[in-house]
Amino acid sequence: MKHLNIFIAFFRSGILGYGGGPSSIPLVHKEVVETFKWMDSDEFADVLALGNALPGPIATKMAGYIGYRVGGLSGMVVALTASVLPTVILMIILLTALNTFKDKPWVSGMSSAVIPVVAVMLGKLTWDFFSKSGKSKLGWMWSLLFVAGSLLLLEVVNVHPAMIIFALLLGALLKKNSPAEQEGSSS
Amino acid sequence: MIYIHLFLAFFIPGILGYGGGPSSIPLVENEVVDRYEWLSVKEFSEVLAMGNALPGPIATKMAGYIGYDQAGITGAVVAIFATVAPSLILMISLLSLLMKYKESPRVKRMTIVVRPIIAVLLGIMTYDFFFTSYESVGMLQTVFIGGASYILMEKLKVHPAYVIAGALLYGGIFLG
Repeated sequence: MKHLNIFIAFFRSGILGYGGGPSSIPLVHKEVVETFKWMDSDEFADVLALGNALPGPIATKMAGYIGYRVGGLSGMVVALTASVLPTVILMIILLTALNTFKDKPWVSGMSSAVIPVVAVMLGKLTWDFFSKSGKSKLGWMWSLLFVAGSLLLLEVVNVHPAMIIFALLLGALLKKNSPAEQEGSSS
Repeated sequence: MIYIHLFLAFFIPGILGYGGGPSSIPLVENEVVDRYEWLSVKEFSEVLAMGNALPGPIATKMAGYIGYDQAGITGAVVAIFATVAPSLILMISLLSLLMKYKESPRVKRMTIVVRPIIAVLLGIMTYDFFFTSYESVGMLQTVFIGGASYILMEKLKVHPAYVIAGALLYGGIFLG
């Protein structure tokens, strides 16, 4: 019964959430805190902060961890399966179908028309990340400098993005906490 | 060998993508299109379009499909495992340690410093996609479809799934 509830909670929040994991967090909150009452709002906020302190997709971290707390290892597997599997299967079926007919002119027309739409979505996502960065403690000036610096490294020097990110993470960890940090005026 | 490559291609974006699945999109593209050349920019955009039209987490949808496309069901399992497992294992095993440090300025700084880079990577991808579109359907169609979908999604708040379905329909009829 418990495992069925875990499945329902993460299946519903997965299948109703559009726009990737972060946008499904309010839905997970609703299931976990309101519907099934596995934890209270404060605990949920803790788990979310914990998830955000680590890299990787947030939806599966939340599902895996909450599933584990509620139902042990098997609970974790159930929660992960419920949040990941249904949409992956749909994805494989739809794209495989599309690929089967890819020599037909109307199918190649379909896939051509979708590229500008995805470009617009990515453009929006780019702006979201940039404006969030500008409004964060980093500020607009430093954000722009970071953008210019990484653009140069990526496109002109051809550094692998993983190297840049790794170096930045290391810097963020090793840098001393300045007193200004508390007032939120420094990076 | 393919399984090791699949694992690495999704392990790296998973372990470096701070800020949830969407931030790992450009990192996945970098591995899948640029390094291993499993998909062209155009094919990757189809994967993204379908991924955005369907509900659920985006990172695992990409991993599942690309893994399946390259090496069948085992490939899908390997790619999803590489995406999900490392950060989940860290979360469960380092729980007490993380609880202590989750509010630490150092940890918060990690998310903050990575954001501008993700923005740049996404910006480069945006450019690549527009350019690919320009090459395949020309300037006029690119501007028309891009402009229409922007207005529909951002101004009229039409659900992205409908916009993608509309674009598929439009392309099937007029661009075939």
